[in-house]
Amino acid sequence: MCTAVADERASGAPGRVIDGGPVLEPRRPTELERIAIWFDRRTGFGRYAGTVLRKVFPDHWTFLLGEVALFCFVILLATGVFMTFFYTPDSRPTTYHGPYAPLDGTQVSAAFGSVMRLSFEVRAGLLMRQIHHWTALVFLGSIAVHLARVFFTGAFRRPRDINWVVGVGLLLLALAEGFTGYSLPDDLLSGTGLRIAYSAAISIPFIGPWLASLIFGGEFPTLDLISRLFVFHVMLFPGLLIAGIGTHLLFVFVQSHTQYKGGTRREDNVVGQPFWPGQVFRSVGLLFMTAAVISLIAGLIQINPIWLYGPFIPYAVSSPAQPDWYVGWLEGALRLGLPIEPTILGVTIPAPFIPGVVIPTILITGLLLWPFIEARLTHDRAEHHLLDWPWESPVRVATGAAAISLFLVFTLAGGNDVIGVFLNVPVESLTMVFRVLLVVLPVGTWVAIYWLASARRRRGEVERAVETAPGGIALRRTPDGGFQEVEGSPGGQPTQGGPPA
Amino acid sequence: MSEEPPRRNPSLLGRPAALVPARSDAGIPENPAAERLAGLAFVAALLAGIGLLVVYVLGGQTQIEAVLLTACLGGIGFGIIVWAQALLPNAPVTEVRHPLGSEESAADPGDALAAPAITRRTMLVRLMLGAFAGLAAALAVPVFSLGPAPGRELFVTPWRKGLRLVDETNIPVLGAQIPVGGLLTVFPEGYPGSADGQTLLINVGPGRLQLAPDRASWAPNGFVAYSKVCTHAGCPVGLYRATLESLICPCHQSTFDVLRGAVPTGGPAVRPLPQLPITLQPDGTFAALGDFPEPVGPSFWNVHSGG
Repeated sequence: MCTAVADERASGAPGRVIDGGPVLEPRRPTELERIAIWFDRRTGFGRYAGTVLRKVFPDHWTFLLGEVALFCFVILLATGVFMTFFYTPDSRPTTYHGPYAPLDGTQVSAAFGSVMRLSFEVRAGLLMRQIHHWTALVFLGSIAVHLARVFFTGAFRRPRDINWVVGVGLLLLALAEGFTGYSLPDDLLSGTGLRIAYSAAISIPFIGPWLASLIFGGEFPTLDLISRLFVFHVMLFPGLLIAGIGTHLLFVFVQSHTQYKGGTRREDNVVGQPFWPGQVFRSVGLLFMTAAVISLIAGLIQINPIWLYGPFIPYAVSSPAQPDWYVGWLEGALRLGLPIEPTILGVTIPAPFIPGVVIPTILITGLLLWPFIEARLTHDRAEHHLLDWPWESPVRVATGAAAISLFLVFTLAGGNDVIGVFLNVPVESLTMVFRVLLVVLPVGTWVAIYWLASARRRRGEVERAVETAPGGIALRRTPDGGFQEVEGSPGGQPTQGGPPA
Repeated sequence: MSEEPPRRNPSLLGRPAALVPARSDAGIPENPAAERLAGLAFVAALLAGIGLLVVYVLGGQTQIEAVLLTACLGGIGFGIIVWAQALLPNAPVTEVRHPLGSEESAADPGDALAAPAITRRTMLVRLMLGAFAGLAAALAVPVFSLGPAPGRELFVTPWRKGLRLVDETNIPVLGAQIPVGGLLTVFPEGYPGSADGQTLLINVGPGRLQLAPDRASWAPNGFVAYSKVCTHAGCPVGLYRATLESLICPCHQSTFDVLRGAVPTGGPAVRPLPQLPITLQPDGTFAALGDFPEPVGPSFWNVHSGG
């Protein structure tokens, strides 16, 4: 049977009849099929091919957000490999000589010099660098939007709470990749960012100075720093990301994808397109479209012009100074931090500790544990494969919206100098406004969204009840076992029997 | 089993109602000696690990650290192996080997592949492959950024007419420095340490060289200069057997005859070491009469084209 196609031809056997259908003549396998058979004879993969290739994935544009992140990672790997051929992970000073006249003859680190060479002397080098940097921004952005989709639709509920944890781990790795990568050119802006990161590290009581010294290789700035960041950026974090992405996708495959309510979609089925060929074609198309759009942006819009910032010099600083968008919230938290530095029993709590370490740790821990927090709040530990609409869980959507508003305030505060110049308002006043907003906006958002979502949920319940009772009245079971007409139902003759199905 | 006193197997006695099936101890070997041995190994590993920490804190000592690390790792490894060999059920287990090809896919590979959905559109498949070819062509952009187009650099070295022969510190070499049977690695003046300009200056004594007639004037007073880059695989030809007047490359034992224009006499090299034309100047120093007449180092596809 293993050689069915060839054997049937050889023996001149008649065509097979499938389910009483039309008689199919034996035929030569096509190229694609011959390749498949070749692999099957050696791996037996055909036994699983059906399961894998016919695996159904639901079709909805919001399910592609994570794919965009995956494809960004592919682009980052491709452009990153290219750049490693030219990058020198070395803090030692050299004299820059090159076509960029304003810096010609100045002292720069070997790392900075190599990025200058990549940008100005390597053909397509600047394009590659800008694609890499822009892709990193889109990578973090698509992860954030994907996370928001998963959060607001409740896709993180059991059994996918485990994959939520993997996903948050991937987010942290992506942040670490972004920060280390953006520090590698050793320019003035990113060097200042490293200085701040070092200060946040030493602010941790008891272990801070030790931890910072172990990570940075001594007191900032160290000659080891750039080469360490390089190894983190091109080896350690990408390796962990590849392992984590593999795990993330494996869970999606094993658990099957969630789907939105409606149509024939139920908790116990998956409605969509098979992996092959439908989803593969769509995904490959999306890969190329993602790359195309980023290439356009990266080719036309300048990003991280390190020659304007200049090389990192410990006694110099640029202003205004903003990091990449995904680090802005940390920068903003430090700017809004209160000027308090108490010494308790001889232990000083440095000012950067609360905004730079404690608050991010609390927020990230809350994000990581949200599925378990929500399960505890709602006592809902059942399996869910149908997604919620955001308003179906007012507490969840209100909490998510409040978190986004908090992130927004932090991020805007990270640009308070730019906003101050733009609005012609003193930075100090802006900081006070942001401190107030930091409390008022999340609380206000929570209350407003909770109220809106609750109203929408009531309306939704009515609609659903009406939908399920066409022509009749909608009934709701009361706590004491009786039935009550749902407000707003079209009315009609009272019917005998139970509540609507 | 019923004839055995129940005490022999206490796990069968008074077992509480459990939610999981009862454990079976069948097939687990009893071997107290092996258990002690493995336990001892784990204890040794623990002690060695603590010892390693102590040595590190006291300032460290490479050999002692290595011995303790070996004891720690070895203790763990030995203990686990003893456990595996003597304390785990070791009865052989037989599993049926299934043929690898799967009946389903071989019978109708097109079903899972949904091949017709793709292969039926022959023209579109070809156009898509063409599009990918276009992308591959576009990828030539980054590939050709990786290095410059090879120019004449494989054909030339820094040697020029009039450049003096210097040592690795850029000091001109005098003939009197090299006795008969001696040799020295020299470089073009201004290029000390040059990778492709490295040259061997050898004093074989007057009247002994058997060079081609047109090269007789290139070796004044028995001083002859050959490229030091082996024509086989590019190693420096670092060994000289003065008694046989042969240069030997230590990498693959290519041997070159110094008296007869450094033609290869053994080993895998095919081309002679290129000879540098030199002249002896009135002040006792040597100067080149030009670059090597052939490319130095290993061959490449158009090595004989003259660049």
